[in-house]
Amino acid sequence: MAVSEQAATIGVGATPARREIIYRHSVLVRLTHWVNVLCLTLLLMSGLKLFNVHPALYWGNYGYPGVPTVLAIDGMLDRATGQPVGNTRIGDRNFDTTGILGVTYDSDGRPRRGAFPVWATLGSGLALARDWHFLMAWLFAINGTIYLLAGLISGHFRRDLAPAAAQLRPRHILSDIWNHLRLRRARGEDAKSYNLLQKLTYLAVIFLVLPAMVLTGLTMSPAVTAVLPFLFDLFGGRQSARTIHFITANLLVIFVMVHIIEVMLSGAFNLMRSMITGRYAIRPERTS
Amino acid sequence: MSRIIITRRGLLVAGAASIGSTLLTGCDPLFGESSMRPLLDFGQWMSLHAHRVLLTAQPLVREYTLADISPAFPPNGTEMPDGDDYFDLVSSQFAKWRLKIDGLVLREISLSLDEIKKLPARTQVTQHSCDEGWSAIGQWTGVPLAYLLKMAGLASGARYIVFHCLDELEQGSFYYESIDLFDAFHPQTILAYGMNGEALPVQHGAPLRLRVERQIGYKNAKYVTRIEAVDALDHLGGGKGGFWEDRGYQWYAGL
Repeated sequence: MAVSEQAATIGVGATPARREIIYRHSVLVRLTHWVNVLCLTLLLMSGLKLFNVHPALYWGNYGYPGVPTVLAIDGMLDRATGQPVGNTRIGDRNFDTTGILGVTYDSDGRPRRGAFPVWATLGSGLALARDWHFLMAWLFAINGTIYLLAGLISGHFRRDLAPAAAQLRPRHILSDIWNHLRLRRARGEDAKSYNLLQKLTYLAVIFLVLPAMVLTGLTMSPAVTAVLPFLFDLFGGRQSARTIHFITANLLVIFVMVHIIEVMLSGAFNLMRSMITGRYAIRPERTS
Repeated sequence: MSRIIITRRGLLVAGAASIGSTLLTGCDPLFGESSMRPLLDFGQWMSLHAHRVLLTAQPLVREYTLADISPAFPPNGTEMPDGDDYFDLVSSQFAKWRLKIDGLVLREISLSLDEIKKLPARTQVTQHSCDEGWSAIGQWTGVPLAYLLKMAGLASGARYIVFHCLDELEQGSFYYESIDLFDAFHPQTILAYGMNGEALPVQHGAPLRLRVERQIGYKNAKYVTRIEAVDALDHLGGGKGGFWEDRGYQWYAGL
């Protein structure tokens, strides 16, 4: 990613020195990225369907209707008015989420009971949602393993994701945050590598959130926990693992949303091209 | 060189357009049952075989202490079989009830509940996980299935153990389930007649239910009345090896 011997520098147009094209993403990074997009989309949608079947989260080893919930989404009719009400309960606080969670309206305006709206889910029934979720979990795990091995062997993590010493200086950290707040994009040499916040976010997602996603998912399998019972202790029980699985899924959704917004703010065409063809145009430094 | 790039770009655009149009026309044709079935079955095959490798040493699931038992244990599926036959069985304390073991066995066996209770017993406090997402912890007492199968002796060719139940969860369809010998001979696979220190309640499958601890809820058949050893599952019920399996659920439910 940083200009190295593999970086093909091509002059473009009349001002060859101004706009530089670098080869930013290897074939493997691009391929695993898009397979990951497919996996995470279908995992999320089938996962929301699985949640809808029992829209309550608990803490500890057991959890069923009647046990205090960490989160519960419910649709009901208001006793006084008969109007459909969507209720989201976090801890012991209730929020009216009619139209968003609990009760949503279809394209004809008819209310529909269900934690997450049907359009966001995949699988007409629990059995089909389970099939999709587990199939995509396999693809995700295989894809992720290839990415991790390739990243270690090729030095992608060390070279592109590990923060450089200079980036960790307090002054640099502050200026990085300041640049983000001003939505100021890197130019020239700076644009050839990820900035510190970017690196830390990617590292957290790759080495913390995604592994937590996989491990909490495995903790829900009675066959896997027969072999790896420590997973229960790691996450505080099967129901806690299910709750953490849901929370990490939400973190991933937030990450993807920020990721997409950042891409749109930083030149959607250029960045999409770099993740499809590998080629990324560097904006020249401002002169003076 | 530039021609190659153009071709590749053309391909990418065409691919993106086709994915886009599929998404626009709705996901059902793409993600529906029939067209993707071979792929989804492949996923199930992967899970089964990966788990079999992981479980080669036949480890036990975690067993909990009495203090860990959950305050309640939601019954699922049938909570009281219909019909006069079951009514008579319960009101006579299952005096006339018998467990039959037949099929591909060397000796057909018929046992009363009292006779089963005199066989070597195993008691385990385990977690019951429903495919819906909830879970509860209960204590189960029963006879290991392996013991019963050794009593009867499996004939050559026996590959699956089928559990025939007394309850019709749907009119005309008696509940049934099946496991293969890998799970059948696991030490924690028991036929339970006791729950939480008492006789197995009606809503949990009295007088006898299967506990197959490394699989989820619906595999743990209740109201078991007959155990059959078979070489294949396709001649039973809908041919998929269980009541829920015939309705699209996974035969292997270790996840």
